[in-house]
Amino acid sequence: MLAYILRRILASIPVMIVVALFIFLLLRLTPGDPAAIIAGDMATPAQLAEIRRNLGLDQPLLTQFVTWSGQLLTGDFGQSLISRTPVLTLIGQRLEPTLSLAIVSMIMTLILSIPMGVLAAWRHRSLTDSAVMAISVLGFSIPIFVTGYILIQVFAIDLKLFPVQGFTSISEGIGPFLQRIFLPALALATIYIALIARMTRAAMLNVLGEDYIRTARAKGLSERIVLFRHALRNAAVPILTVIGTGFALMISGVVVTESVFNVPGLGRLTVDAILARDYPVIQALILLTSGIYVAVNLLIDVSYAFMDPRIRY
Amino acid sequence: MAGDTRNGTPQAAPDGAPAHTLVISDLVVETRGREPRRILDGVSLHVAPGETVCLVGESGSGKSVSSLATMGLLPKDALTVRSGVIEVEGEDVLSASPKRLRQLRATRMSMIFQEPMTALNPVLSIEKQLDEVLDAHSAATGTERRKRIRDILELVRLPDIERMCRSFPHQLSGGQRQRVMIAMALILEPKLLIADEPTTALDVTTQKAILELVADIQKRLGTSVLFITHDMGVVADIADRVYVMRHGRIVEDGPIGSILREPKKDYTRDLLASVPALSPRPARPATSAEIVLQTSQLTMVYGRPSFFRKGEGTVAAKDIDLVLKRGRTLGIVGESGSGKSTVARCVMRLLDPTGGSIRLRNREIADVSRRALRPHRKRMQMIFQDPNRSLNPRLTVGESIIEGPINYGVDPDSARNKARSLLETVGLPADAIDRHPHQFSGGQRQRIAIARALALEPDLLVADEAVSALDVSVQAQVLDLLDDLQARLGVALLFITHDLRVAAQICDEVAVMQKGRIVECGPTGEVLGNPAEAYTRQLIDAAPGRFWDFPNFRPLAGAHEPSRQDVMVEPAR
Amino acid sequence: MAEHPSTAATGPGAKPVVRRNFLPRIGVRGLGLAAWIAAFALALVVLMALFAPLLSPYDPIAMNPMERLADWSLAHPFGTDAYGRDVFSRTLYGARTSLIVGLGAALVAVLIGLPLGLLSGFFRTLDAILMRIMDGLMAIPAILLAIAIVALVGSSLWTVLVAITIPEIPRVVRLVRSVVLSAREEPYVEAAITVGSSLPKIMWKHLAPNTVAPLIVQATYVCASAILTEAILSFLGAGIGTETPSWGNIMSEGRIYFQLKPSLIFWPGLFLSITILAINILGDTARDALDPKLGKRRQD
Repeated sequence: MLAYILRRILASIPVMIVVALFIFLLLRLTPGDPAAIIAGDMATPAQLAEIRRNLGLDQPLLTQFVTWSGQLLTGDFGQSLISRTPVLTLIGQRLEPTLSLAIVSMIMTLILSIPMGVLAAWRHRSLTDSAVMAISVLGFSIPIFVTGYILIQVFAIDLKLFPVQGFTSISEGIGPFLQRIFLPALALATIYIALIARMTRAAMLNVLGEDYIRTARAKGLSERIVLFRHALRNAAVPILTVIGTGFALMISGVVVTESVFNVPGLGRLTVDAILARDYPVIQALILLTSGIYVAVNLLIDVSYAFMDPRIRY
Repeated sequence: MAGDTRNGTPQAAPDGAPAHTLVISDLVVETRGREPRRILDGVSLHVAPGETVCLVGESGSGKSVSSLATMGLLPKDALTVRSGVIEVEGEDVLSASPKRLRQLRATRMSMIFQEPMTALNPVLSIEKQLDEVLDAHSAATGTERRKRIRDILELVRLPDIERMCRSFPHQLSGGQRQRVMIAMALILEPKLLIADEPTTALDVTTQKAILELVADIQKRLGTSVLFITHDMGVVADIADRVYVMRHGRIVEDGPIGSILREPKKDYTRDLLASVPALSPRPARPATSAEIVLQTSQLTMVYGRPSFFRKGEGTVAAKDIDLVLKRGRTLGIVGESGSGKSTVARCVMRLLDPTGGSIRLRNREIADVSRRALRPHRKRMQMIFQDPNRSLNPRLTVGESIIEGPINYGVDPDSARNKARSLLETVGLPADAIDRHPHQFSGGQRQRIAIARALALEPDLLVADEAVSALDVSVQAQVLDLLDDLQARLGVALLFITHDLRVAAQICDEVAVMQKGRIVECGPTGEVLGNPAEAYTRQLIDAAPGRFWDFPNFRPLAGAHEPSRQDVMVEPAR
Repeated sequence: MAEHPSTAATGPGAKPVVRRNFLPRIGVRGLGLAAWIAAFALALVVLMALFAPLLSPYDPIAMNPMERLADWSLAHPFGTDAYGRDVFSRTLYGARTSLIVGLGAALVAVLIGLPLGLLSGFFRTLDAILMRIMDGLMAIPAILLAIAIVALVGSSLWTVLVAITIPEIPRVVRLVRSVVLSAREEPYVEAAITVGSSLPKIMWKHLAPNTVAPLIVQATYVCASAILTEAILSFLGAGIGTETPSWGNIMSEGRIYFQLKPSLIFWPGLFLSITILAINILGDTARDALDPKLGKRRQD
């Protein structure tokens, strides 16, 4: 078991190296002077020189990469070109709203999507199944910003059930926090719910055709036990996989949701950084989110071993 | 044993208890959908208390459907019971509520399945899977349940029961898994056990042990067994009575002795006549001294130690020495994992052997490069086990057959003409050339695969379990075809099989493999008729129905009539 | 197999049993109602895009300060935006952008992904390297990667297309690779080896055809996803400039007037949703028709 976990951790190192290399090369291999791209057309030569020095662009490529990744490993992600504050400080200030949003919407997703998928598979080809599939394809297709504005229009403006936009910290009380975060979290969760419900259904349908399900029924077990103890546990690996790969959707979704609902989190930081062409910030955000993605998938890989006794290399 | 012979007449015993454990009368099952097709067309059968009834038939005869219908396990979206009655211990199961049906399962009737690999849940421990049967059907306390689980595991003769309880299915061998299945089915001592080909996926020695176990437990618990099989040998060994099924109908039924001795229907006669005899066929005179294939010290080790891997690696084949002459057939027999397929694949260079030599018509091919191998490829061809998968479904029969000749520079037109005549050679019409494989039956597809192999005019044909996926009647025809082709073309045949009967009928020489090594090798008559090695004898002893001469409807000379007690409890020789 | 009375006709000289073709036929009756509606809706969007110059009453980028934020009228069915541009005309032209991005991304992703996947499925060393690169690419959230590219190179239609396509390529490569890996275990591939077929021939004749059905399905999903990503980029202000109307940038400009004039968000959002929905439904239909087991592979 320990060997398996170690192996998974080792396997995620090259992935992070490739990510870092890619981000590094992206700026350096872009046609034109990277400093000019970052500084914009109106930059003075002095500004350009400073950016070059700041990013180490006057060094050979390999030296640049070594110093750059060395800095990353010591936690030095550089400075924002605009506000001159260290990037990590900027990120730290914006972490709470984003984390809150992601966690609340993850909880919503798991509560809704897995039962939906199980139900649809159990009642395969029934009206319930069609309804779940319809909700899922709708959720999958309607962009978050459209869902978001519909939710705002209906629940905030027309029904006045929730505040329109903004964020309240959990330190100001759980009630106001939940009231503010409910709509953005729901908007963010829709696509994820759609994806996981779909996958749960597909995985369950697959498993329900297996011989051991027939055995379980031949033993006279109740449908509840057949579905949850026998089928769902065997379907867990593909469902977990899609929770992991779908996490990328959540990261992208956060950026959009925060813009629509005016939540001052990392997503807004990203958008502000793009508009200001604050490349060090963009770079750090990509590295950070990729790192989170890799870590989440690593956790999921490790959890396979608990779900399926056959996975123990 | 029940005395009456009429089908499906539930006759109440004087004290009012039903005389039969299972009665099926006039069962009709159809497919669902707009154009229902009959799968079962008026099937009637019964099983008396303590009796073993065999339901025998070839694939598609409907024998499994009958058993699934009894358990109420028909796939709901595909099949439906149109009419008929199924009674288990006098209780109608077709009209039972889902709840009642669940109660009946495991307590009155149980079922074990063909594939012990897939029939157990891979993510639950053995104890858990047994425990949930008790949990669902009895009010026993934890301690009682623990004891019963250990008792039943002991009854099915599993070793190291505590460890077994903690194990997961993938940690068990095929035979052990089937024992767990049997334990699970019998833990509540139901009166009816339905066994659907429970030994088909197992090796013969394991099969024999499982059959003995079922017979033994049956005697102790008084269980009635409905045993579904395609294997006449198994039928001869275990049945009290037999039902022969074909195309969803019962063709013939009767006590085992009369079915084997005096089958009344042509179909039953054909079925019995197709079972290859276990006694080796008479030796053929050698036709040529030319050695086509010679291997020496051929060795294949998987996962050899490397920088990343410690340990010895898995020895799949070691020091294999074989000699095969023109026009002769050499068989390699053995159980699964014995390495016989590895040898075949090394010879074909689908695997690269890790040691030893392979000489094809006196040229070394064991370690030549892919490029240097190319001219030799056409000299040897292979016939694969599963004809459904060895032909590319997207290509026409013709395209598959001419692929090889075109690779070796034959022009497409003459290749096609040759393909037509080859199709006729293997007993198919020449116009089959433009059809796709799915338009043919399994046996026909295997003929096409043979035609493809012959298109390159090879000196050596390697047949890897080439008739194992086929029904016996088809199997007999394909074996005849191979024999006939060999006589005409003088091709040498390396024939891999797990089935001693098939080997006895087609091979001139036979090599018996166990754990990657050849334990015995020689003329078929000697090896199978008078085995020198204990393992060979063990294999022959385990062959089902070995006392019966099926094609001649009589016991084998020197053996007496099979009866269950003899075979199962005290194998006489 | 139940429908296999193989004993019936296997004797020498017996006529082959002619059975119904198993190959999927997407017949008229086979399509569900949803698929028909989706096909119809998509056809309308395609027509909108093709005939945008004929259908639109105004120049989509002509500003008219006299008519800022006008309500809907016969002259301006969807009203006008903050610069007095006709939203109906802009929406029609937006269909062009979306379809170019969607089809372009699908085509390029398949053209690059198919050969890489085929090679990866066959050559172990190449596979090891390529898969690490693909894993890395997949770990970078698509939107952020696209944002970074656009921020560096500038926001033209072509930059956006490249930025959107790159994150889609790994999915195609992995799909093709997984199909190849499972197909090469098939005995018919081994049979092709034994009759002396060369590696390119085996790849092209026996392996590549297996990827066609899953690729069709994957391409529809790539198409839908690309349209969505473009809209998100433009919505965030990191996409195509407003001189090329796209549904995303119409909505982006309408954001600040949302409480005042929801129609600026509503119309492009509706067309965007319908288009993506229609493509996804058609993708699902194709998947079910071509291979019921394909659902599994999509997310590996």
